[in-house]
Amino acid sequence: MSLLVIKLIFVAVFAGIFGSVLGLGGGTVITPILTLMLGIDINHAIGASLIAVIATSSGAAIAYINDGITNLRIGMFLEVATTIGAITGAFLAGFVSSSVLYIIFGLFLLYSALAMLQKKKAEKYDLNRGKSLANKMKLNGNYYDKNLEKEVSYHAVHVPAGFGVMYGAGVASGLLGIGSGSFKVMAMDLFMKLPLKVSSATSNFMMGVTAAASASVYLIRGDIDPQISGPIAIGVLVGATIGTKIMQRMKSKTIRIIFVPVIAYIAIQMILEGLGWKW
Amino acid sequence: MNHSQAKATREKNMDSVGLMIGWTLRIGITMSSLIIIFGLILFYAEGQSGYEADRYPTHIKDIMQGCFALKPYGVILMGLLALMLTPVFRVGISIIAFLIEKDYLYTVITLIVFSILIISFYIGRMA
Repeated sequence: MSLLVIKLIFVAVFAGIFGSVLGLGGGTVITPILTLMLGIDINHAIGASLIAVIATSSGAAIAYINDGITNLRIGMFLEVATTIGAITGAFLAGFVSSSVLYIIFGLFLLYSALAMLQKKKAEKYDLNRGKSLANKMKLNGNYYDKNLEKEVSYHAVHVPAGFGVMYGAGVASGLLGIGSGSFKVMAMDLFMKLPLKVSSATSNFMMGVTAAASASVYLIRGDIDPQISGPIAIGVLVGATIGTKIMQRMKSKTIRIIFVPVIAYIAIQMILEGLGWKW
Repeated sequence: MNHSQAKATREKNMDSVGLMIGWTLRIGITMSSLIIIFGLILFYAEGQSGYEADRYPTHIKDIMQGCFALKPYGVILMGLLALMLTPVFRVGISIIAFLIEKDYLYTVITLIVFSILIISFYIGRMA
């Protein structure tokens, strides 16, 4: 019994660090580890991952807001899209079987990994494109990068496209019980051309709200098992605090490089599990 | 030099909105984690959950009753509930914060997000 708690907290600290550095919220790591390694039921694992996302989001946001990395206005603006999406997704989840969930989850992760790979060779873009909308909505800002040791200014482009991807991120969140951070980071990093650290911190910040929008559905369905979700919450809060210290000193490129293979590996495992292959 | 530059950037970005949101999160996180830890200690000290095997409350009313009766699972779930509500409070506080900053555009945007959140909680109760 108590061995399970130690395992859960250990997994959660790792997930908290991972989630707060990459902007993934930690749910991406929790679900596969709990189901594949600890043999926990997929519904309870999804419930725990939802708790992990909320804990990473609020825990990491304290530091990222304090250091000015999170863009509160961009986050708030895009939350309109993610919350509407989350309600849509939560409704769909009741009609989809667990093996289908695995496959959707896996394919979704694989897609994010490939998209992040492409960003590495992203082309230059026109800085003035969509500037008026970004200015009108105050979707700009600056932060001090501890790795570059200088101030970085930025503003959002392709705002409508970013808003659309955010709606999709919300649907995935409600459907899979994860913050679908990879989708959110992608919308800001890939579409709206924001700095990766700002995308990651703002994604983390938003994720708690998206997850909370679908949390009551999971609670009432009995997916939030206190014996599993309790230790997960504590571990993730510790991990997220550590993660915020690490991320600010990392190179953006390093963050991107860690992101891709991990996500791809987990994605393939989930798809195989969904297809009924045992390890 | 770099240090003071970092501090200047931080202070510029730290308007009252950032400060108020930061404190809301800090209070929410501290409260919920203390309750969860207390519940976990109760659970392992007593060696039982306060409920029948593999059962635990799933409705807010039952969770609160279990918590006040000091049933371990009830206490843990109460802490998890506080954790889940933290982002909702954060959005609520943001409405007031943007209003104080006289940023009416974002007061409205935040009001929209808050309304959607409240609707989602009601939908959850119906499901």
